[in-house]
Formats: sequence, structure tokens, C-alpha cells
Amino acid sequence: MTSLDQLQEGATATLVSVDGQPTLRRRLMEMGLLPGTPLQLIRRLDLGGVLELEVRRSRLSIRHGEATHLHVVRT
Amino acid sequence: MQTATASSTPTIVIAGNPNTGKSTVFNQLTGGRAKIGNYPGVTVERSTGRTMLPGGRLATVNDSPGTYSLASRSSEELLAVESIAGIDPLPRPDLVVVTVDASQLSRNLYLVLQIIELRVPVIVALNMTDTLAESGQRIDVSTLERELGVPVVPMMARRGTGLGDLVRTVDRVLQEPSVALPGWRWTPQPGPLTEDIAAIADTVPETWHHGCDDRRRALALWALLSIDAEHYLAGVPGSLRQRTAERREAAGSAGRDLDREIIEGRYAWIDSCVSRCLREDPRRVSITDRVDRLLLHPALGLFLFLAMMTIIFQALFTGADPLIGLIEEGVARVGHAAGTVLGPGLPGEFVVNGVIEGVGAFVVFLPQILMLFLFIGLMEDSGYMARVAVLMDRVMKSMGLHGRAFVPMLSGFACAVPAILATRTMERRRDRLLTMMALPLMTCSARLPVYGLLIAAMVPPWQEGGFSQGLLMAFMYLFGTAMALIVAWVMSKTMLRGSYIPLVIEMPPYRVPHWPSVWRMVMRRVGDFMKTAGTIILIGSIIIWALLSFPRDSRLEAPFEQQAQAIEQQLEAASGDEDRSALEGQLQQVQRERASAMTRHSYAGRLGHAIEPLIEPLGFDWKIGVGIISAFAAREVFVSTMGVVFGVGEDVDEASEDLRSKMWSDRWPDGRRVFTPLVCLSLMVFFALACQCMSTLAVVRRETGGWGWPAFMFVYMTVLAWTASFLVFQTGRLLGFA
Repeated sequence: MTSLDQLQEGATATLVSVDGQPTLRRRLMEMGLLPGTPLQLIRRLDLGGVLELEVRRSRLSIRHGEATHLHVVRT
Repeated sequence: MQTATASSTPTIVIAGNPNTGKSTVFNQLTGGRAKIGNYPGVTVERSTGRTMLPGGRLATVNDSPGTYSLASRSSEELLAVESIAGIDPLPRPDLVVVTVDASQLSRNLYLVLQIIELRVPVIVALNMTDTLAESGQRIDVSTLERELGVPVVPMMARRGTGLGDLVRTVDRVLQEPSVALPGWRWTPQPGPLTEDIAAIADTVPETWHHGCDDRRRALALWALLSIDAEHYLAGVPGSLRQRTAERREAAGSAGRDLDREIIEGRYAWIDSCVSRCLREDPRRVSITDRVDRLLLHPALGLFLFLAMMTIIFQALFTGADPLIGLIEEGVARVGHAAGTVLGPGLPGEFVVNGVIEGVGAFVVFLPQILMLFLFIGLMEDSGYMARVAVLMDRVMKSMGLHGRAFVPMLSGFACAVPAILATRTMERRRDRLLTMMALPLMTCSARLPVYGLLIAAMVPPWQEGGFSQGLLMAFMYLFGTAMALIVAWVMSKTMLRGSYIPLVIEMPPYRVPHWPSVWRMVMRRVGDFMKTAGTIILIGSIIIWALLSFPRDSRLEAPFEQQAQAIEQQLEAASGDEDRSALEGQLQQVQRERASAMTRHSYAGRLGHAIEPLIEPLGFDWKIGVGIISAFAAREVFVSTMGVVFGVGEDVDEASEDLRSKMWSDRWPDGRRVFTPLVCLSLMVFFALACQCMSTLAVVRRETGGWGWPAFMFVYMTVLAWTASFLVFQTGRLLGFA
């Protein structure tokens, strides 16, 4: 298991758990980032500090800092 | 439940996730004639407009804050649920139109579900169906309608398609609300969660649920996700707060994860709904992915980004010059023609120097506004703007700013007026305000002539400027930028502290910009500026003209009149060309001296004297005071005012040798020189920081919908400028530079 920000570009993974402050955690889950959700890391934008994901058939970009709260297993 | 009768004006609320075209739909429904006001009791702006329904009936349309969920953490976010549910004192909507980004269906349906639960009639405006097709997906609208139980109207709001359908559906639902009231879609299995909901529902006040059970349970569920120890939501009754806290705590100690239970429940319903109505072609690499490989490439993407920003900056900074020149020339010609028709005397002066110059003062902004909005429109419509926000997120966030604030801040180097109008690309009011407040500190092009004059005045007129003066100019740019960023950072940590938004950015697919809609947007912004800010700038110009031209005193003018007449008589008698040109020069000199005397005698001149004790600690005398007052019309006016005050005429520029030598030899009554290098530096620092621009204040008023923020901006910038100049001047004096 690893956190989302450690994934390589193009890697696919399944979310295992979400941690962090209750509000942040709730927000992340409300965006569809729930345990059990499959996702793909489309692009790492290290300059901007942002990761672009594909999750639930749509795209979503999150910051590195938030990605550390998302724990995944590679698939 | 009761709904409004057909005779009264129905209320429609527009809701939706951020960046789903909510404001586009709102503008199209209301014809762009929105009134911007505040929510009762708080300073969150709310747009209200009216729309005409088939049959000539009017409906009120209210915008609501863009949000991913109704669960609230701040009092501001509470407004989304209050305006949708119609919690006192906000009006109960007869209908909620939820804009949904078709290419982000799941995430958008999460909000739709919560709104349906509140038992208000809902219409889904399924927007951006064009971008969905581009990514090889298709939504089966009738299946989605059946699943949700509410009308779904496919739209491409930017292109204006689907609007007619939306209006007809709105009309139908207002007449027959039951077609849009399906009741809860996802219902929790009977168990601990339903018990929690029932227990909390007892404490939901009657003014919130109006006796409707669905709504009562929906608000109980909302409370479970919104109320916790971390955030205090003003306006939530104590009993509701307490009961929710009890149930959350009990759930926690029983090892239940309430947040996950609820959110997972909703998403399970959404996933099965989406799998039934979303059709997908076999995966293909979309054009967007291929373009992004280029534009978001770590090295090449950055290079292209910088190249694009350079083009925009150059276009604003120098590209607009010919157009601005044409406008200035046109204004001068109109003024000259009017002056000839009206002849000398007060009415003519009022029309030429007051009104026509005043109109010129805001028309002159049009080329830059037009260009900036053309670029912004193209970047927004093509989908590149969202990438700018991503590329700049880390840098801007470290200053407390939004990634999208980059373009407005950069435009601030050209002119704060179009840049402030450009802050609208940001969704949150807090982000817009923060950018607006810091932006006028960027070194705009109107400061250049002032810096040019003062830097030139630092060395004796018989000496040429050197390398160190270019360096000083560069330093002033750096200083302004640094101050803008520092102010942004300080405000973001204090008065404009924003609630932390974890996920900000959705990158829409690239599209070929749609020229008609880009052009419509540009024209709307230009029209907005002309109507509201233009009036204020015109009035301000007239006031400043009056301050500089009154009171009239014939005794003061008489000696100059006599001198001028005497010279004119000699001129008639003179024959030789040399004599004539010498006499004409004398005549001009007399007129310049007369203008100088009148300005010194004017209200502005007296004001300059009156504020001298205030600005003396900065090293400024009353003449500089007059310059500062007149520069309120526009910073560069400082130069021409100095020209008038020093009797070298108003047609001077910063390179004028005459003006430079007059300034060099200008002295205080006690014989000290006025424009020492230290005073010039202190004055430049003042101009870098002071809010010497009524046009900026006028657009801030326009964008914030009141005088409060412009007043704050004026005060903070003036205090900052005064303090910084004071420190520069007094420190310099202590170090012996005076």
C-alpha cells in the first residue's frame, strides 16, 4: 500500500482508505474518492504541485498535499 | 406542501457545482441584467434578476454559491443550503435549476441528489454535452430523467443551445410542480443511520421544514454531515446542534464511520444510475490528452505558457498604444472643435476640460479592456485557463492567491482597471476580493511617466542619466510586485482568510473557441464598464477639473490679461518673422504663468497648502500636494500638473528639460531644495503604494457592489504609502541624505 502521490504517471490503483482532518476527509469522499474506488493517475504536474486523476469516468485534479491522505494499492 | 400561486411572481434558484456554466445559464435567463446585492446580514454577494416565461409571466431568478455539496463548513457555505431550501429570511424557491457538467456526471449528481431530498421541484440543466461527445461518451437523457425522476434538459449554454427548452420546462414545472418532485432517490436501509436521522429530525425547526417530512429528514441528514466541533455554523439552532453532536459521538464510539456511510450510500446509487445512462465508445485517446501532453509538459509546457503570457503582456503594454493614441487624438480633436464653437469662457472650458476630457478619461481604457477580455475569453473558451490555474497553483497558493489570479495580477502591470474586471474568472468571492485588493500595487503603466520624471529629476539637468537610473526603474517594478504579493499574503492570513478548499481544479477538454460567445462576453464586460464605472470616472474628472479651475478671481487674472494684450498689440505692429516668433513666445509664457497662478490660487492649490503639514514629514511641499490631488484623476496627470504649477505649460512630458530644471531649482521658503534625490525617492514610493486612481476605485465599486471595499482599499493603500514614504524620507534624513 502506498499513498496516491507516490504513483507514477499512467498507473492504475484502487483506493483503500482516506485519512486526514474530518472535514478534508469528508470533502475528498464527497468528490467521489471513496475506499474501493478504482482510479488512474493520468498526469503528474509537479511544477504546479497537482495530480490529474481519472475517477468515476471523469477527470479531477488534486494537490500533492491532499493526495498524501489517499492510500491506494496498485492494480 | 404549498407552492406559490400562479398570480404571484415565482422564484427560481440556480444551483450547481463550480464551473458548470451556472452563471452563463443565469445570464441567459435574465438577459444579463442582474442586480448584485448581498445576502441579508452577510457580505456574500447574490445576483438577482428576472426572466420572462412563455405567456409573458415574470419570474425572479436568484443565483446561489457554486458548491460540490450542500454539507457546509462555513457560514458562507451555509448560504447554499439556505437559499436552495429557502430557510428564513431567504425566499422559498418554487423551482431549483441545477446546472450539471455532463462530462463530470457522478460528481454533479451528488449535489443533485441532496437538492432532490430537500423536496423542492428540480430541473437538471445538463450542460456541456458537446465536451462529453468529444471524449467519446453519450448520456441517455430519457434514462437519466427516469432514474432521477426530474426533467433533464440537455444544453450547450455557452453556445446558447437548449435555452428555449429550459425556459419551456421551467414554465411547465412551475405550473405542475409534481413532475419534478420525485422524493428521496437514495434511501438508507432501516438501521442505525435511519435512527440517527429520525432522532435529529425532531430538532429541525419548523421554520426550516415547513411541515414536510422529506425535507425534515433531508435537513437532519444535512446536519449529520455539516455540524461538528470543528466549525461553528451561525444560525443553526442550539438543540439541533446538540442533538447532532450527540448522535455523531455515539456513532463514533460504536465504531461507525458516519461520513463514509452516507457518502457511500449516495455514490452507490449514483454509480448504478450512471452505469445505466452513460454510453461509452471504446476508449480512444482524446485530442485533449494529446494537446495536454504538449501544453502540460514539464519543460515545453512551461515555455509555451511563458510565451503566451509574454504575448498578452506585450499586447496590453505596448500593443494597445496606437489605439490609445488614436482615442486621445480623437478626444483632443473633439475638444478643440467644441472649444472653437463655444469660444472662450466658462461654459466652453467646462465642456472641453470637464466633460470631454472626462469622457476621454474612461474611453481611453477600452483598448486594453477589449484586448484583455479577448485573451481571457479565448483562454476560457478553449479550456486553457483551467490549465493556467494548475500550472500556477503552487506559486500563487503560497501567497494565498488562487491559481487563476495569475492573469489578472500580470495584467496589473499594464493597468489595474481591466485587471480588476478580469478577477471574475475566479468563482469564489474571497479569491476575487483578495486579488482585487492586492492588484493595484502592481506597477501599472500610468506610474511610468511619474517615475520617469522623478528619476530624471534626481540628477542635475546638465547631467545625463546613467545606468543606475535604469536600475532604479527596475527596482520600482520589483518593489511594487513584492508589496502586492506581501499584501496578498497578509490579507489571506487575516481579514480574507478563506476556508481551505481541497479540490479545486477540473480541467475541461480543449475546444476550438466559439467566436460569437467570446465576443458576446467581451461586449458585455465592456458595456458593464462603460455604464457603471464610466459614470463615476466622468463625475470624478469633472470634480477634479472644478477643483483645479475654481474659484475665479479677475483681480488675479487682470495683470496677465494686460500683459497679454500689450504683447498682442506689439504682435500686430511687428513685421519681421524673428520679432513675431519672439513675441509669440512671450505671449505663451504669459499664458503659462497665468495658468500657474490660477492653479496655485484654485481650491486644489489651497488643498495642497492645507495638506502640507500632513505630507511635510514625507518631504513633500504643497506643490507636490497639488500634484497628488490632481493625480487622483489618473497617475500620469501628476506630470502635466507639475508642468502647469511650474509655469512650463501642461503639454510637458516626463522628458521635458524645462520642467526638470524648474524642479531642480525649486526651493522651500528657507532655501533648501525641494526635489532632492531623497524626496524624489520618497515620492516614487508614495506613488508605488498610494491608491492614486479614481478609475480603480470605480471598478472595484462596480465589482463588489458597494463603496465599502473601495473605501477600504483607498484607506489601506494611503496609510501604507504614507508610512513607507515616511520611513524612506526620515531614515534617509537620519543617514544624512537630505
